[in-house]
Amino acid sequence: MGSIVATFVMILGLITPASANAAKLSGTVKIDGSSTVFPVTEAVAEEFRTVAPRVRVTVGVSGTGGGFKKFTKGETDINDASRPIKDKEMVLSQKNKIEYLEIAVAYDGISVVVNKANTFVDYLTPQELNKIWKSGSKVKMWKDIRASWPAEEIKLFGPGTDSGTFDYFSEAINGKSGNSRSDYSMSEDDNMLVQGVSGNKFALGYFGYAYYKENKNKLKAIPIKTGSAKPVLPSEKNINNGIYTPLSRPIFIYVNKASLRKPEVMRFVEFYIEKAASLVSEVGYVPLPKEKYLASHKELLKVK
Amino acid sequence: MTRQRKQKLFHGLCFFMTTLTVVILAVLLTHVVMEGIEWISFEFLDRFPSRKPHKAGIKSALFGTLWVISLTAFFAVPIGVATAVYLQEYAPKNRIMEWVRINIANLAGMPSIIYGLLGLAIFVRFFGFERSILSGSLTLALLIVPIIIIASEGALKSVPNSLREAAYAMGARKWQVVIFQVLPSALPGIMTGIILAISRSVGETAPLIITGALGYVAFTPESISDPYTVLPVQIYNWAARPQVEFHGLAAAGIVVLLTVLLSMNLLAVIIRNKSQKTRTS
Repeated sequence: MGSIVATFVMILGLITPASANAAKLSGTVKIDGSSTVFPVTEAVAEEFRTVAPRVRVTVGVSGTGGGFKKFTKGETDINDASRPIKDKEMVLSQKNKIEYLEIAVAYDGISVVVNKANTFVDYLTPQELNKIWKSGSKVKMWKDIRASWPAEEIKLFGPGTDSGTFDYFSEAINGKSGNSRSDYSMSEDDNMLVQGVSGNKFALGYFGYAYYKENKNKLKAIPIKTGSAKPVLPSEKNINNGIYTPLSRPIFIYVNKASLRKPEVMRFVEFYIEKAASLVSEVGYVPLPKEKYLASHKELLKVK
Repeated sequence: MTRQRKQKLFHGLCFFMTTLTVVILAVLLTHVVMEGIEWISFEFLDRFPSRKPHKAGIKSALFGTLWVISLTAFFAVPIGVATAVYLQEYAPKNRIMEWVRINIANLAGMPSIIYGLLGLAIFVRFFGFERSILSGSLTLALLIVPIIIIASEGALKSVPNSLREAAYAMGARKWQVVIFQVLPSALPGIMTGIILAISRSVGETAPLIITGALGYVAFTPESISDPYTVLPVQIYNWAARPQVEFHGLAAAGIVVLLTVLLSMNLLAVIIRNKSQKTRTS
């Protein structure tokens, strides 16, 4: 009888080693970084409590750059990042002997939006966006973009220069991160941008997909037309299968490899990759294709 | 314009400004309360943050705020009041002291983010307290000590000299005069200053984010070296979310924050009135 129970326990252990162990795990997982990635990490941390209630997961919101400052000193286990690590930050991590793993966890589709009452804009091309947003841009009226559009002043709204969305948009559209006109209404709070565009008939703005998705009744997204392809609207499908370009961007977590030796961090990251697909869409982002999560999981196991 | 009309005009202007202040405050408060009221419940106070608005609560932030302000007051009040006593009752009247006073006044007006950077360098890194309640509280204490000093000094200054002289005439020593006569008389003013200072620290976000207040914490602190979050950080987090439900949660968080503030003010008023009563009877 005893041996049967023992065998049974052993089999059970083989089938669900991780979750069986997870309940016994304790310790802390320290996370900081981007406020864009925060909702995803928060959702994962919340779910993680149900399998490993004794592990204390803490998530900060110092911003991608602020988070990397701590991460490259080894003060945090994981950094949430809405852009890839910069060369400067890489140098710092090498100096402090921090080895890390980059894991893409979701896509965000930067959405270009206009007022609901705007009927004349059918699509925009990256070249037109560049004309509007490049540093030193002369575009003042809608007709400066296309002659057939009205001679009305274009009111521009966009994120502030500290934002990862700003970095990505300026790089994708204007060729260099940080290259952008600066005479537009900036806010770090995307809800302010939503308000600005929905309150001005001739406004144009850009921000993360989640903010467009929640305000579809107030805003109109502009399809983006690259080359001879059909104009593409930001949608979960178009972002996920990669045809919404060039404004789809991955968002990441960076994991300190040394921290992965702690079983609670290892289990958390594994859990993150397992659950990302379902949790990501719940908080307004777009999941990556399945293969990408599987590939990240393999990478992770190599560290073991 | 006649004298009478000038008189009326001035009276009217002052009345108008007062009404304006009250009306703006009332509009703000009703707006926030209306938006947040449906989210407030006992569960809201007793749950941790969640991605699902209907399951989200403010427990960790509320506890964090209570821990931080208690510890801040613990550090800042004795330092602030004792410094004010020294400056007002003991310090020689000379240029150096004048210079010290001017600097304290300047410190009181410094933007809080600077205190945050100072706290990061000194408490988090140099002393190695890490991103804990202790670091946050010490930083906030630095921030409000100048405010407490200035308010307390004003209160001490307004204590009539006759009181001090009467006490000396009875043979009291200086420390006895200060502790048993001057401080109790100045207590109402000092309390007001302390409350204003602590109220300011309750609403601070920037220095705490720099010194380590977090966005997501699903446990309540057990010691001063624990990680934490506070109400303003949690409120900002919710307000910045795309989903409208979270904006309701943010409003509910503001109501909780205001309740914490008002109950502290109430406590101070009660203490003040009590001390006034015992002194006049």
